[in-house]
Amino acid sequence: MAGRILQHVFLGLVGLFLAMPLIVVAGVSVNEKKSLTFPPDGLSLAWYGELFTDPGWRGALVASLLLAAFAAALAVIIALPLAYFLWRRIAPWANVFRLLGVAPFILPPVITALGFLSFWATAGIYGQPVTAVISHAIFFVTLPLVTISLGFTTIDRALLEAAATMGADDRTIVRTIILPLIVPYIISGYAFAFVLSLNEYIIAYMTVGFTVETLPIKVFNALRYGYTPTMASASVVFVLLAALVFGLIARFGDIRRLLGAMRSEG
Amino acid sequence: MRREPPRNAADYAPIVFPGAMLVIFFVIPFSIMLAVSFFRRNPAGFYSPDFVFDNYARFLSPFFGSVLGFSLLLAILVAIICVAVSVPFTVLLTRASRRAQTLWLVALLSVLSLSEVIIGFSWSTLLSRTAGITNLFVAIGLMEAPRALLPGFGAVLTGMVYQALPYTILILYPAIVRLDPTLMEAARTLGASPTRAFFNVVIPALRNTIVATLIMVFVFALGSYLLPQILGRPRHWTLSVLITDQAILQSNMPFAAAMAVFLVLISLALVGLTVMAGGRREA
Repeated sequence: MAGRILQHVFLGLVGLFLAMPLIVVAGVSVNEKKSLTFPPDGLSLAWYGELFTDPGWRGALVASLLLAAFAAALAVIIALPLAYFLWRRIAPWANVFRLLGVAPFILPPVITALGFLSFWATAGIYGQPVTAVISHAIFFVTLPLVTISLGFTTIDRALLEAAATMGADDRTIVRTIILPLIVPYIISGYAFAFVLSLNEYIIAYMTVGFTVETLPIKVFNALRYGYTPTMASASVVFVLLAALVFGLIARFGDIRRLLGAMRSEG
Repeated sequence: MRREPPRNAADYAPIVFPGAMLVIFFVIPFSIMLAVSFFRRNPAGFYSPDFVFDNYARFLSPFFGSVLGFSLLLAILVAIICVAVSVPFTVLLTRASRRAQTLWLVALLSVLSLSEVIIGFSWSTLLSRTAGITNLFVAIGLMEAPRALLPGFGAVLTGMVYQALPYTILILYPAIVRLDPTLMEAARTLGASPTRAFFNVVIPALRNTIVATLIMVFVFALGSYLLPQILGRPRHWTLSVLITDQAILQSNMPFAAAMAVFLVLISLALVGLTVMAGGRREA
């Protein structure tokens, strides 16, 4: 079974390629001294402590979490009624909005970022935190739009017919049948948008780069103006956070199905 | 609750807010950018309204030409490497157990969501002299002394492949999952070796998917902005880097906007091609 062994070796090599930089970063993050050596020199979790105690790093972490939480929420608030309308109504013209919802995600991000930069500058509120929230929400609206649209397609219309026959009005149907069925898809969409917003650099940089320091911006600045193992510990925390969120989606939902449908929309 | 056309104002209500948000915050910014690309640079402020083609004329310079050529070449190379690795990988992945697939997908999504900053930082550490992979080579006797493998073209390419690989696999996954497994079985029953069956049956069946994926990954790689800066030298800078550089550091918004419009046109043309490739597949 040389073929099977070869297959496992191939999968293993791809896995190693994906894991290698993360292993090194995890190693660097536990250095005892303020140096980025690998294998680590001594063992210390002080740099993880610094992430939460140093005002600069803690501020960046909080700014990123707040931005991601609000932006993902706004993205869902935009995507949910849009997905509902597209599913509920026969209106070919409305597909323009589906396209608009998907476009920012497909185009190179620098374009969307530049669009926002000129827009906020023209509007005269360049640099306000709210501009980053709105910009991220529009940029990542694709994710909840795709997952929630997928959620709607899984609803068996016969269920709704049955409810209607038994006297339920539209409002009752939405509340008692549709909403419970699509909640998992709403949560997945929120989670995807949240994780990606947390990690996004260029739009945050072009909208609030001079007034707010998000964690990716902070890591980039540290990369330029002075290395510290804290940037490694911040990276590790972000990787673990992403793995945790996607792990939870996989645990409580069907991640294979969610990803299987990504294409038809994208 | 049948699917029916909207009749009264209440039926239209759900689309009002999302529609307004997308128009105000996506269509309008885009239009402003388009307009700015015809404006004149104003050294005192941002820009002054005008209608000139100067910003587009600057594309004809040898400098711009070389940056554009390099960006396209780099993106093509990244797309080819990613697809060449991802197709066999994804075929193997879809044959693994459900549990293994789920684990892989979680890992791939985690890597995909990584910030470009973190990817750049990780690879710059891995390729550095003090903490890098060459230390490992020294330890096992492959090299005499550790050395830095960056900045350089190889480092930029590696980082960008790393960034695009999970994306490629996740685009290919749905198409390959739906691939009829009996195709492969039939080929094997008729006596083809696994390798032969892969090249003569699986690859042709996926031809349009592969073309579409190449284009998607190409556009994705065109957007890479931090990796060329962190892992490369200024001559490895791509169009995305140049746009940001002009917009933020040189305060030349009109030229940045003109380049962005150009990048949109390239991307849209390619995405259009993808849609056409996709259309043929369903036919």
